[in-house]
Amino acid sequence: MPWRLSSRLVVNHLATAVCGAMVLVAFVPLVSLLWLVISKGAGGLSLGFFVNRPAPMGEAGGVGPAIVGTFFMVGMACLVAIPLGVGAGVYLAEHGSRPFPRTVRFLTEVLSGVPSIVVGVVAYAVLVVPMKRFSALAGAFALSLVMVPPLARSTEEFVRLVPVTLREASLALGVPAWRTSLRVVLRTALGGIATAALLAVARGAGETAPLLFTALNNQYWSLRPDQPMASLTVQIYNYAISPYESWHEQAWSAALVLLMLVGLLNLGARLAVRDRVGGRR
Amino acid sequence: MRRPADTGVESAAGLAPSQPGPGGGAAVPAGDRIWNVGLTAIGSGMLLVAGLIVFELSRTAAPAVASIGVVPFVTGSDWDPVAEHFGALPFLYGTVVTSAVALALALPVSVGLALFLAEMGPAFLRRPVSFAIETLAAIPSVVYGLWGLFVLVPVLRSPVEPFLARTLGFLPLFRGPPIGLGYLAAGIVLAIMILPTIASVTLDVLRTVPVALREGALALGATRWEMIHISILPYARPGIVGAALLGLGRALGETMAVAMVIGNSPGIRASLFSPGYTLPAVLANEFSEATGAVHLGALAGLGLVLLGLTVLLNAAARLMLVLTTQRFMRKAAA
Amino acid sequence: MRKLFTVMAALAALAAGRAGAQDMLVNGAGATFPAPLYTKWFAEYHAAHPNMQFNYQSIGSGGGIQQFTAGTVDFGASDAAMLPAELEKAPDVVHIPTVLGAVVVTYNVEGLSSLKLTPEALAGIFLGKVKRWNDPAIASANAGAKLPDVEIAVMHRADGSGTTNIFTEYLSKVSPEWKAGPGTGKSVSWPAGLGGKGNEGVTGLVKQTPGSIGYVELAYAKQNSLPVAALKNKAGVFVTPSIATTSAAAAGVVLPTDFHDVSSISATNADGKDAYPIAAFTYLLVHRDAKDASKGKALVEFLHWAIRDGQKFAEPLDYAPLPKPAVEKISKAIGALTVMGKPVASAR
Repeated sequence: MPWRLSSRLVVNHLATAVCGAMVLVAFVPLVSLLWLVISKGAGGLSLGFFVNRPAPMGEAGGVGPAIVGTFFMVGMACLVAIPLGVGAGVYLAEHGSRPFPRTVRFLTEVLSGVPSIVVGVVAYAVLVVPMKRFSALAGAFALSLVMVPPLARSTEEFVRLVPVTLREASLALGVPAWRTSLRVVLRTALGGIATAALLAVARGAGETAPLLFTALNNQYWSLRPDQPMASLTVQIYNYAISPYESWHEQAWSAALVLLMLVGLLNLGARLAVRDRVGGRR
Repeated sequence: MRRPADTGVESAAGLAPSQPGPGGGAAVPAGDRIWNVGLTAIGSGMLLVAGLIVFELSRTAAPAVASIGVVPFVTGSDWDPVAEHFGALPFLYGTVVTSAVALALALPVSVGLALFLAEMGPAFLRRPVSFAIETLAAIPSVVYGLWGLFVLVPVLRSPVEPFLARTLGFLPLFRGPPIGLGYLAAGIVLAIMILPTIASVTLDVLRTVPVALREGALALGATRWEMIHISILPYARPGIVGAALLGLGRALGETMAVAMVIGNSPGIRASLFSPGYTLPAVLANEFSEATGAVHLGALAGLGLVLLGLTVLLNAAARLMLVLTTQRFMRKAAA
Repeated sequence: MRKLFTVMAALAALAAGRAGAQDMLVNGAGATFPAPLYTKWFAEYHAAHPNMQFNYQSIGSGGGIQQFTAGTVDFGASDAAMLPAELEKAPDVVHIPTVLGAVVVTYNVEGLSSLKLTPEALAGIFLGKVKRWNDPAIASANAGAKLPDVEIAVMHRADGSGTTNIFTEYLSKVSPEWKAGPGTGKSVSWPAGLGGKGNEGVTGLVKQTPGSIGYVELAYAKQNSLPVAALKNKAGVFVTPSIATTSAAAAGVVLPTDFHDVSSISATNADGKDAYPIAAFTYLLVHRDAKDASKGKALVEFLHWAIRDGQKFAEPLDYAPLPKPAVEKISKAIGALTVMGKPVASAR
């Protein structure tokens, strides 16, 4: 009967409209956030902002040490996290279904979900207390604990995407298994692994909680791993909860710098994959 | 969908030992053995990391557990460092409330969004919307906190919370002074943060629904919504539940954005307008200054509770997702 | 990509160049109460001695005590004297008083530029008993002021705070109900309100929240143009916090000779008609005998500078300088500090 059909059609269109509205709802905070960070932060991006140290309370300085600190600690974390994460991912991909690797995979997934504040607490107990100091090393250690599990999972997925035939062909030609894994399979998965690594770095750069009581903060320029070190994220936090307008403005600018950094890394991750998929094979 | 054994490595590894080498000598080449041992060592690193986390937390928490006891700690509702009363309940409450608000807001939006992208909307929208979702996921927590503190909280303070108080004020949820900071602000910020997680997993789950199911409903004359309602949603339900649990797990552990907008006040209060405290937020604020093994131990105990909750949720989420996949494979095989 | 690398390399070179190997970096953490002055001091001292870097992080007095005791920082800072249990864990700590400050009650009420609070009203507000701005307890002392019928949003500290310790010590002295209830401490069980992190956090909360009230150090309220309440002191006079009234509060305080345990020092609810009721000393926590030769010496030299030359930076930032007799006593205490068992042969 026509009226029944039309009421069903109305429901259908209503549902489409509601779901479409959900898309818009999801866009609102994104647009608002990006717009505000750019509009409030862009004005503060002077040369002084990048090369000056923070000034005494209430005065305007710069966030130079924080930018260097983020790069330094994330870089140190990568030195450990990338080999370990990629290695664990390759391990899981190669030995996937046996019971011990199954446990490792389960643990990796669980570890991906550990709140980063808990990681900070552990790093404090493991490094800060015995070393009797807050240090960039402890901060980097905490960051690497955060970066390794997601990196391992993504690497495993990318290695699995390499066709079996490639491996079998290499083995059939007499190449030893380890060499096959390394030179044939990994090389093919390299784009994906680069993606996973860049995403892990982006994640590490954006973390605040693990650094709160490991690297503490530092108002001076410092490249020493055994001393406290500033970081963009902690600086944004400290400035945001302060009462000073000048510091609030700097928080927005620092947030803009952080978003640009994270954005670049994510962009790089996409390009790495696209290269591979659209490329030689 | 590739099954785990298909990478071919195990078959290759299985080949090597049983074939004598060209020289008729060693079974497994040294290179292979080093490779396997090395990889296993790295893989076992995960075990080490997990063990380290649990061990360090437990060791630090031991004095508190000894002096307070597990049950009184978890059910105690008083957090008074001066009197050395430590109860985890206010933080558990705050964590649960903010996560519940976040899920209540994020789930419909994420599922609606995923349905729109996968089933209803025009294909050209898929790329940009997915890109937008990934961008949301990449934004660091502290930037969300910054936005929440300076944009969301003033908006909540007026006009949103007074409006809610006028219209829904008969519910105890919407009473009290509209300060802006509190459970509601934290819940909204968390909702935005977990939206990408739930949306992307739901999208993946929707993709696994067999075409046959869809076509069957359409062939019987269903409208698109009816098809979704009848065949897709029931099928994908465990997966969507899994996605929700994953989002919940993420919401539980968020620290910075919540600490910046929740008001940092331990207590069990009914109104969403009230300030509160969550497990991660109290750790962030009090950890570096806890004097006394019991205070520090109580905080580490909170960390353990948080860890336990997130592990449980993640495990449950994975289980749900596996259930959906298995159902797909069974149906596909049939 | 290339540009990014050049910028990064430039920043790294800048960092490396400025973080010279012979720079002395001394790390400290603690009270937010004196942080505006301390950060000024360290900046000025660094300008005068370019190879000395004092990295101070304001994480609260509780954090200062804890991290000093754990040995993760070279010096700590606290407005609260260490408690006996804390002293047990840090048997060689010396509290060096550095400056005087005032804990003020600041508020954010539209149209209200001056406010008088009696001890009863103040305690009532923070106990959650006095809930609205136009409550008779407040109105009775503020005849003629336009107090709105708005709920009071109480702001307190979320972290372990010396400022809280000073404030609650005062409340315990003037309100038996407070003393029996939350009591005195760096971190108490607040009957009402929201928590901010550090003096900075509470100031920020009050500044952004209409109808709010909070307790912060005077410098924070002044620097952020927030109004402060006049409190009724022990002599019954409503006193506005200022450098003069803070100094008046400390006038009668007798400092001990040994600064290991300074729990006897208290400037709250002082006698005198000019005395502001919530004034306090703040301390730097150092080891009686430093184990690191160069850091120990650097710290001792800084301390000598701080209690003499450094005092001139106090007034512009609304801190009250140390009284003259106190400076002599403290100077002796600094002179008694040793480095690796030997006294420091410094300029003073």
